[in-house]
Amino acid sequence: MGAALERKDWMGLLARAPAARLRALWSDLDAGGEVTWLRPPEVGAVMVRGRAGATGAPFNLGEMTVTRCALQLPCGTVGHGYVQGRDKAKAEVAARVDALMQTEAAARVRAAVLDPLGDEMQATARARAEKAAATKVEFFTMARGED
Amino acid sequence: MYVAVKGGERAIDNAHAWLGEARRGDRDVPELTVDQIREQMALAVNRVMAEGSLYDPDLAALAIKQARGDLIEAIFLVRAYRTTLPRFGGTAPVETDRMAVIRRISATFKDAPGGQVLGPTFDYTHRMLDFTLAAEGEAPVAPRTDAMAAEVPHITGFLNREGLIEQEAPSDAVPPDLTREPLELPAERALRLQALARGDEGFILGMAYSTQRGYARNHAFVGELRIGTVAVEMEVPELGFVIEIGEVELTECETVNQFRGSKTEPPQFTRGYGLVFGQTERKAISMALVDRALRWEELGEDNSGAPAQDAEFVLYHSDNIQATGFLEHIKLPHYVDFQAELELVRRLRREADGGGEVA
Repeated sequence: MGAALERKDWMGLLARAPAARLRALWSDLDAGGEVTWLRPPEVGAVMVRGRAGATGAPFNLGEMTVTRCALQLPCGTVGHGYVQGRDKAKAEVAARVDALMQTEAAARVRAAVLDPLGDEMQATARARAEKAAATKVEFFTMARGED
Repeated sequence: MYVAVKGGERAIDNAHAWLGEARRGDRDVPELTVDQIREQMALAVNRVMAEGSLYDPDLAALAIKQARGDLIEAIFLVRAYRTTLPRFGGTAPVETDRMAVIRRISATFKDAPGGQVLGPTFDYTHRMLDFTLAAEGEAPVAPRTDAMAAEVPHITGFLNREGLIEQEAPSDAVPPDLTREPLELPAERALRLQALARGDEGFILGMAYSTQRGYARNHAFVGELRIGTVAVEMEVPELGFVIEIGEVELTECETVNQFRGSKTEPPQFTRGYGLVFGQTERKAISMALVDRALRWEELGEDNSGAPAQDAEFVLYHSDNIQATGFLEHIKLPHYVDFQAELELVRRLRREADGGGEVA
């Protein structure tokens, strides 16, 4: 991952990240410090929507759990955490990373947390794609032909 | 009328304590962990998420453990928990054409662009018990072929290009939500799809099967069935832009159905749609068939009086938590009601016997 990361990119990565892995990478970085809570971690739900026929009118499919929080660094930078699941520690780490990514510490945080996370999640997705590819089939219709 | 009873606290406490002991089973057998259920009973977890209408595999696995494997009880627990959560908002509709598919098959086109991908399926297994699973063995490893995760186009898109299948009317309307407003009829398609997506798999399956056997037959082909993960995006008000807030695994089924045409429409194929949390393909196919059957009115078809065409019948009986709540309440004490009934029967018999005493 060499390209510039936008805020929505890293927030998305943090939201989807496996909680235990994110916490481990964060604790290795050792960048925790005083923060002011603007909104302490809160567990809630969002209503996930689909579209009729995949392209038509939206409908409510069901909810998913989400944890959110907001905090402020001593320098005044605000970080938001909006992550899947009910792990408050994960939401806090996500908000801290979001805040630090807006400061001079961005390169260090990215190298220590976001890049390894991104690489690992890409590897997981690729492994699934490779297993799927191994199950790709060609069906042949029998003697009756193409009906 | 139900009249409350009092008392029985000690018996109830002891019954629940025994339930806890029974849940644990034989202490010589290692206890199941929630992680084990989530990883190794994944399809049960998926069903509980789909019908509990809350995507959270850890919670669903916990509910299954607590419910001793009774999935409707587990769904009940998840539904009850869900009501305690504040709602942060609604997401953008998931874009299933961008799904990272692990399974994608079409019963209508053998040469579907993007290919037929079987994925981890029970199809083509021999349905013979595998006794090697009863012994501890090495963990199996799936073969791999070089591939990149790539988006796979929807098959109905190809029929759309020729104009041979009905187009879904584009809309960005905020859909009605039956968790906020009680379900009322007539129910628009968005509401029906929500009810079907969380409805009981067995009930929806039975309704779908009835259409195949001839009750509101509409000749469904599985145009496409796909399973995979999609990103969930939502606009976060405090940020003012859209972010990914997670990723969910979904099963989507699009059926292609015959339609003779009407006064306003040329002959073309029509569509049924199923979308369900998790790997839940029996449910997704069933949902698509029932969705299609319920669309008879908007497609100008005859009402053949079939149960699957009756929105009231389908939607008011598809929710297994409503159903089991009403069904199971009749086992709770109804002593006062029954006492009244008993008195009535005794009196009627006395009268029939010409005033004589009945034992």
